[in-house]
Amino acid sequence: MNPGLHQALIAVYTTNTGPGMEPVATPFFFYLLSGLAIAGGFLVITRRNPVHCALALIVTLIAVANLYLMLYAPFVAAVQIIVYAGGIMVLFLFVIMLVSIERASRDRRFNRFWPVGLATACGLLALFVSAFVKGRALFPDRMIAIPEGSNTQQVASMLYGEAGRMGQYTFAFEIASLLLLVAILGAVIMTKKKI
Amino acid sequence: MVPITTFHYLVVAAALFVLGVIGVLTRRNVVIVLMSIELILNAVNLNLVAFSRMWGRLDGQVFAIFIVVDAAAEAAVGLGILIAFFRNKDTINVDEIDLLKW
Repeated sequence: MNPGLHQALIAVYTTNTGPGMEPVATPFFFYLLSGLAIAGGFLVITRRNPVHCALALIVTLIAVANLYLMLYAPFVAAVQIIVYAGGIMVLFLFVIMLVSIERASRDRRFNRFWPVGLATACGLLALFVSAFVKGRALFPDRMIAIPEGSNTQQVASMLYGEAGRMGQYTFAFEIASLLLLVAILGAVIMTKKKI
Repeated sequence: MVPITTFHYLVVAAALFVLGVIGVLTRRNVVIVLMSIELILNAVNLNLVAFSRMWGRLDGQVFAIFIVVDAAAEAAVGLGILIAFFRNKDTINVDEIDLLKW
């Protein structure tokens, strides 16, 4: 890398490590994005065709990623888009292609016990509402600004540790990689024709 | 207009969570049940990131990344099981998967 570009990058980096710019029109974008997320979630659980459900889920995932951006979490937002919308949803679409889609679009959408399930979910909703109404004072209105420009670096130093020192979550990170390895093996063995 | 606080994010996350629970409990297609589980995990992630913003600490974001890892592992294994089952029984409806019932 040439030195001038390097200097320019350092300048950009150091100007961006402050608390970051205040987002504009926060309420408008918050209501727009959460409306999109909830509408997408509603379509996921009501559409007949699984492909439509997958596309609605992608809308939800991208709206939630933008909510992360509004919460000063750019790294989690990027991970959300790359891993969820890019990886997991492609996996879902592949599996929809492999299992029969014509039959799914002819069958009943809901199982026999759907009134029981809906009642249980409504009970859960009532629980949430009562908890939030009663515990409203537990959630203070303050929002502490997290430096946005150095977000990725700080997350990395929590995951990998600083030079010569383990981070707070390094061990959990190693366990997570082991989990992924086991999941890969499980997926491969599960989809083999003959074990 | 009221400023957006942590509480607003918690309400959105609760709505997404309940939608996911409805999907898990009422749909027949296993692929859509798995998608509803992804909705639930996203609601939890939104809560964690909102709390991270409320306290000004990054621990919540690190937890969110771990949950994304979990979701990827769960989707891979779940869809693998689904393919194996479809190959054997030719159905992916939850109410026809009753091999263990007698």
